[in-house]
Amino acid sequence: MRNWWKFLGIGLLLFASIAGLLIPLAPALVHVSPDRIAPGPVDVTVTGYNTAFGGDVKVRLVNEGQAVCASSVAVLDGTHLTARFDVPVGFKANLTDLEVNGLVYQGALFTEGLGTGIAAQTCPEQTMPAKAFVFPNRSILYESIRNLHFHVPMWFTMIVLMGISVFQSIKVLGSNSLDRDRAAEMAVRIGLVFCVLGLITGALWARATWGAFWTNDVKLNGAAVTGLIYVAYLVLRGSVQDAHKRARLAAIYNIFAFVLLVLFLFVVPRLNAIDSLHPGNGGNSGFSDLDLDDRLRVIFYPAVLGWILLGTWMYDLRVRAARLETAMDR
Amino acid sequence: MEPAEIAALLRLEMALDLRQRAAWAGMLLYVVSAVYVCYLAVKGGLGLATWNALFWIILLFAAFNALTRSFQREDAGRQLYLYTLVDPRSVILARAIYNGGVMVVLSLLSLLVYTLLLGTDVLVEADLGQFVLAVVLGGIGFASVLTLISAIAARAGNGIGLMAILGFPLVLPLLLTVMRASKLALDGVAWSVTSTYFGGLVLLDVITVALAWILFPYLWRD
Repeated sequence: MRNWWKFLGIGLLLFASIAGLLIPLAPALVHVSPDRIAPGPVDVTVTGYNTAFGGDVKVRLVNEGQAVCASSVAVLDGTHLTARFDVPVGFKANLTDLEVNGLVYQGALFTEGLGTGIAAQTCPEQTMPAKAFVFPNRSILYESIRNLHFHVPMWFTMIVLMGISVFQSIKVLGSNSLDRDRAAEMAVRIGLVFCVLGLITGALWARATWGAFWTNDVKLNGAAVTGLIYVAYLVLRGSVQDAHKRARLAAIYNIFAFVLLVLFLFVVPRLNAIDSLHPGNGGNSGFSDLDLDDRLRVIFYPAVLGWILLGTWMYDLRVRAARLETAMDR
Repeated sequence: MEPAEIAALLRLEMALDLRQRAAWAGMLLYVVSAVYVCYLAVKGGLGLATWNALFWIILLFAAFNALTRSFQREDAGRQLYLYTLVDPRSVILARAIYNGGVMVVLSLLSLLVYTLLLGTDVLVEADLGQFVLAVVLGGIGFASVLTLISAIAARAGNGIGLMAILGFPLVLPLLLTVMRASKLALDGVAWSVTSTYFGGLVLLDVITVALAWILFPYLWRD
């Protein structure tokens, strides 16, 4: 079967997109009120996300390994509960963690009345939630973490298509073949589609996490320059009439631009990366450090492969259509 | 391709340029008027970052203005004459070296005019040696990227407009790096920090010239 890879691509895309959108986020604690405690009794209201509070809920405060158990817990609904604590004098650290059934909110409560330690308490064993297949729940990212399976594959696909285009351009210089020139052009056109999609998904993600659609960031500048270079490539093609001359000029520009682009995307960010917000730059981690990263990977790799196969298929169709067009012109 | 050939081509470039005094005068006038417009617009009192940015923007446009001519003045007859006589690689190398020289002179002159008109208040803390090095390396960098672009634009027969469209995105990485380096130099940061940037700039220059050297022969044959 000659077209197996197209079916594979569609299958992977369907799997990755549906799973990427439907798999729930891991339960987490998102809000604790009030945000500071002092010695004495206090009612703490906890808001969870994707949690199912109910029945026997164990809540405790943890400060430098010393725990204080809730004296009573009132469950309001699946995502809200109120716990009463008698805060003792003498916590060691000024940030106290809050735990509900094994879910931890790090540094939830600013703590007053510090000392050298409290009388040790042993709370009832916390029942850990059953491990379901879920995405990591990270502050700031939250549900937008799903965008990983859409935003990142766009750039992978674009780089692959631009790579195909440069390969064809190198062949053009050797052979002066107009067919290869057409292939290089089509690869750039499809690559630009993915560039635009990458910019749109990236802008939405940036709005959700950083608060602005666009920031002055090396990674974003790299993306913008990439778009400009390939639009310039198409303008160059448009301004030369003679087909053979066009093929040669476009190929030369394509190769020159691609090498500089690779330098710009992978070398210059290393120089200027100190002030980048983008994951994978400036000391920011990518996603590989997430505790449940393997669950993202199971969806992410099929998504990357699926989008690359789809992009290649689109490119293949455009090349064949262009070939037919020239054959009919003759 | 041999050194003697490149030297001869360099002499030819220089002779041609000396014969066309108007071209040099045009470049200088461009820089002076650009700086003067900035001087009128900002009326002194520039912060360090703005001073630096404005200088590089002026230099960027001056570079485009100067280097567009590089292959534009070549008529078909002279090109055929050169084609039969010398190796295309000598031509691009000589052109790149010559343009590099032009840009160094032009950048230093721009810097002179710029400091005269816009003041040297920001240079108090600066490491002048580093700053001049950044200006020189930036000028050479513009020359090395834009030489091949100028050749492509001239070949496409739509010089100035195409030159800007093709050149800007490719110059941007260089511009960002060199602006950062010169900003650090103005802040008076130690060599150990800025040397990475200077190393990166030299690397960029070398790679672009090498690429031009590889690709130019394909551009030249018609």
